[in-house]
Amino acid sequence: MTTEMTSRIFASVPDAEGRFGVYGGKFVAETLMSALSELEALYRQMSADADFQRELDEDLAHYVGRPSPLYEARRWSDRVGGARIYLKREDLNHTGAHKVNNTVGQALLAKHMGKRRVIAETGAGQHGVATATIAARLGLECHVFMGEEDVRRQALNVYRMKLLGATVIPVTSGSRTLKDAMNEAMRDWVTNVDDTFYIIGTVAGPHPYPMLVRDFQSVIGREARVQILERTGRLPDALVACVGGGSNAIGLFHPFLEDESVAIYGVEAGGHGIDSGQHAAPLSAGTPGVLHGNRTYLMQDEDGQILHTHSVSAGLDYPGVGPEHSWLKDIGRVNYVAINDDEALHAFHALTRTEGIMPALESAHALAYAEKLAATMTPEQTIVVNLSGRGDKDIHTVADIDGIEF
Amino acid sequence: MSKIAGRFQQLAAQGRKALIPYIVVGDPEMALTVPLMHALVEAGADVIELGVPFSDPMSEGPVIQQAHERALANGARLRDALDMVETFRQRDTDTPVLLMGYANPVEHMGYAAFADRAAAAGVDGLLTVDIPPEEVAGVNAELHRVGMDNIFLVAPTTPDARIKAIVGQASGFIYYVALKGVTGAGNLDAADVARHLDLIRAHTALPLAVGFGIKDAASARLVGASADGVVVGSALVDCVARAAAGGGDRAALLRAASSLVAEIRAGLDSIAS
Repeated sequence: MTTEMTSRIFASVPDAEGRFGVYGGKFVAETLMSALSELEALYRQMSADADFQRELDEDLAHYVGRPSPLYEARRWSDRVGGARIYLKREDLNHTGAHKVNNTVGQALLAKHMGKRRVIAETGAGQHGVATATIAARLGLECHVFMGEEDVRRQALNVYRMKLLGATVIPVTSGSRTLKDAMNEAMRDWVTNVDDTFYIIGTVAGPHPYPMLVRDFQSVIGREARVQILERTGRLPDALVACVGGGSNAIGLFHPFLEDESVAIYGVEAGGHGIDSGQHAAPLSAGTPGVLHGNRTYLMQDEDGQILHTHSVSAGLDYPGVGPEHSWLKDIGRVNYVAINDDEALHAFHALTRTEGIMPALESAHALAYAEKLAATMTPEQTIVVNLSGRGDKDIHTVADIDGIEF
Repeated sequence: MSKIAGRFQQLAAQGRKALIPYIVVGDPEMALTVPLMHALVEAGADVIELGVPFSDPMSEGPVIQQAHERALANGARLRDALDMVETFRQRDTDTPVLLMGYANPVEHMGYAAFADRAAAAGVDGLLTVDIPPEEVAGVNAELHRVGMDNIFLVAPTTPDARIKAIVGQASGFIYYVALKGVTGAGNLDAADVARHLDLIRAHTALPLAVGFGIKDAASARLVGASADGVVVGSALVDCVARAAAGGGDRAALLRAASSLVAEIRAGLDSIAS
């Protein structure tokens, strides 16, 4: 395949129906179809609108604090041995994770559509916090749906959202985690579609969400590409990012997809191990199906019922994945691998102790894989890892595991 | 002509409205679904709509969500829905039966396998909440191959051009969603429904059934004045759930469901044609 052909493939998705190969699409109830078309039309118009782009760039620079640094983790790289590891510091963004890149963009769209109310689903609470934050700044009413189980394990973020003026609605249906929060957000949207904008936090959901969230998050990869070229004079040999729904990963990967020399790794949550069945790794161990508005790899049983997932990290605890990842897996451009809970916890402690950077447990999955990968490489080679969020929110989870009570 | 189309034609000739009750397969227990179907027919149902349990029923309000959860806990799956229709057909070969559910269980079985098995079991139509016309080509080809109807939803938010595209792919009847919301919501506006039905009739001669928000004889009568049929879901599922929770025997539960359906039947039949 020539480079020109490859680049045409990556620029051609999604198609007009929102498909990435056989994945993606718009599998939602009829009531929402018009709202999705309206959003798509506005987004296409705004993507070409210089004023909108200027407004977005201003927000990213002065509110989010971009560009985020690309940091060479020298002590950690020395400890690991092998390739040099650079961290894209999305944890230093306002609100502490990559999620805000997307909420700033979608909130601007909501403002242009004249919506007075925004809703969001959240797992770890990072997307909920990022949505509540931008809603406070724009004076929008904000309702965040969060599984009851996640409300319990992410109490700090729940309180942050409340402080920001958002209403957090615990979801008690199904498995009481992220997927059920998304069901409930969809139910709210179908009921209040006239005045409400649904800010989806990941590259899943019905078209155009996987496309527009990818585009808003691609600022990560665009910056990283410039930064690594400045620092090392060449492209990285590998990229590593964790994949739940997959928004931080697609954000880092997308601007590098055409660079055939760059190996790309998406790291799913292996939970207690793929063989245990208790994990959240649909690309590693799932099959294609339809959930939450798109066709994608899912964790499902032999009857097409969605399975409960497990991960130590609430943000990765989701049975589906963005449809573009499913496509990138099938065409072989990205390698999807899994990291177990204990490996992620080990990486959490290792980075904290060697670099003084406490990563989110989600990001720790990417770090754990980068450790394994670096050890197989040479010191002349480089890896860029997306440090998608900071770990303050996970202190209680880590303390629980270590048997510490406050 | 399909069994569903035939039933609507027969009712229209009699100046009557179609009553389409909805229950969830396996709720409140597996052994009650087929007896409930027969009881609904005896109480005046014209078409039976069977909900196929799904782990993530995104368009359902709390009443039907909980029914899906109970049914799944009882082990009810798509294949059980097909088995139950087959059993129902041993005694009732006339009443059209429609499966309503979500894309993934059907997709996972495979569209061709589903169509073959559903047709063999005696299913007459399929309504998938989350397969809009843009995504329907694959499943429609298989349903048409075996002579099954695909029932489409039209919503209050559906613009005129989309209505035209939807009715072009539909057969059997059109299901108009009476309100913006999930099943079991309470903000039904009969005049608004009538206006929308007129807009749809400008594009199709297919019968129009209305669902979401119809809970008793009065609301059925109001909506039935402008529609060709009404779907009663949450109210019936709630009635069955209450009877089950009340601890009465199976006969009492069947009586409660029959009584609600008979009352709505009477409401519909009181509309002057």
